[in-house]
Amino acid sequence: MTILKVDSVSAGYVPESNILHDLSLELNEGEIVSVIGPNGAGKSTLLKTIFGLLKPKSGKIQLKNEVISGLKPFRIAQKGVSYVPQVNNVFPSLTIQENLEMGAFIRSDDYSDTMEEVYTLFPVLKERKNQKAGQLSGGQRQMVAMGRALMLKPEVLLLDEPSAGLAPIFVSSIFDKIKEINATGVSIIIVEQNAKEALKMSHRGYVLAMGQNVLDDKSDALLANEEVGRLYLGG
Amino acid sequence: MIELIVYGIVLGSIIALGAIGLTMVYRIVGFANFAHGEFMTGGAYVALFVVTILLPWIGFPDSRFVPLSFGWRMVIAFPIAMAVVAILAIALDKILYKKLRAKKSGPVILAMASLGASFIIRMTILIIWGSDYIFYRPGLMRPALDLPLSVKIRPDQIFIFCAAIFLVILLHLFLKRTKMGKAMRATADNTDLALVTGIDTERIIAWTWAIGGGLAAAGGVLYGIDVQLHPGMGWNFLIPIFAATILGSIGNIYGALIGGFVIGIAQQVSTAFLAPTYKLAVAFMIMILILLIRPQGIFGKE
Repeated sequence: MTILKVDSVSAGYVPESNILHDLSLELNEGEIVSVIGPNGAGKSTLLKTIFGLLKPKSGKIQLKNEVISGLKPFRIAQKGVSYVPQVNNVFPSLTIQENLEMGAFIRSDDYSDTMEEVYTLFPVLKERKNQKAGQLSGGQRQMVAMGRALMLKPEVLLLDEPSAGLAPIFVSSIFDKIKEINATGVSIIIVEQNAKEALKMSHRGYVLAMGQNVLDDKSDALLANEEVGRLYLGG
Repeated sequence: MIELIVYGIVLGSIIALGAIGLTMVYRIVGFANFAHGEFMTGGAYVALFVVTILLPWIGFPDSRFVPLSFGWRMVIAFPIAMAVVAILAIALDKILYKKLRAKKSGPVILAMASLGASFIIRMTILIIWGSDYIFYRPGLMRPALDLPLSVKIRPDQIFIFCAAIFLVILLHLFLKRTKMGKAMRATADNTDLALVTGIDTERIIAWTWAIGGGLAAAGGVLYGIDVQLHPGMGWNFLIPIFAATILGSIGNIYGALIGGFVIGIAQQVSTAFLAPTYKLAVAFMIMILILLIRPQGIFGKE
């Protein structure tokens, strides 16, 4: 079943020029979908548009059967979509615990169970829960950022380059965590420079270039595709 | 000298109440609010209205907590003044600053608009109450207490220091313990991420104005208790509170507190060497020196 549907969306930051052109994408329930492509292809812009930080100029975005394009980010968050930006994705002067509490800001119910789940997923965060997020290493910050997003118990998680700037040993552990999150039933769209690794752990992939969807297929097929390999996966 | 330092701490606690609000507004709303001094004046005059007109009118009896110079009327007037100025500050944001934000105006435009707002508030107070210096309770003898180390201090001044510290502790607990306080710190840290997290940043801005305005009003009332009221009192505090804010690193609440005490002490100690009329110049000199030597302030990173 399709949980999120991007239907021929065009969007951009200034009135005259668009970054996304007529782009369509679908995310099915329980899937990890990777969006790969060169720098400037519009990958991050796509996530921002889905999350309502950017308004589509045409086309629409549906969550299940509800149109969410045009809604404010916090409304979209309330409907079960969480977004982890690529940079500046923690509150540095707040402790880890407070970062997670902020993730649950719009929840009015008791969220202590969710926090326990996040701590189970990232045990290192529990050990350091009173430490300020600004003092953590890149990999741990990424965990805080993801933990923060998970506090909403999202159905859809949007991850913008979770491996960017991480040491190689952290990259694989972050990817393992993403698979674990997915296994709990969260559908995930992941935007990655690290295309090969991202495709390996995802079910399907979309190749973006110049703000357009040039190819989409099962991840295995994309990994096996010679042209994709040559152009986007580094040979 | 020790006496001057003690007076400086009293003055500093008033400066700090102004500087904390100024620094919070700068951090969260993103501009230097030149109308902040007028929030202090506004608070002082609202309390004056409550103490000398409203409460006598409804027949609230006069009283005095000897040896302090005020009584129950002021106890009631104090929070009212803070609340009224808090509402005024939110209203000013809604009718002026919010519109400029919506137009994506830069911090300089907002600062200039606040300068205009400060003139309007000050002149309005001048029109209503006139330009005289006013006491909350005129004609009262205010004997000082003799403390050790030949420090003479009036009981009111001890109260001023305690009241300011009490308010700062309340603010600290609010920021550390409550959901809204934490959201405020989060917004100050990273506004974009706060938005992504679902924090309604316009609501945080309103809270910031309420707290900043309320604290400034408290500072104004305390200054009124210590000295006297005048429509230009807040304007005269503008340089010390800016100096304290910059000294304590812009955006840092605890820095503004420390900065307030440093500026207050420096201003009072300077009167041992200079005519008291140069007090403002001392604050201004410190501000310039910091901007030249360490523009990020004492708590700022390189």
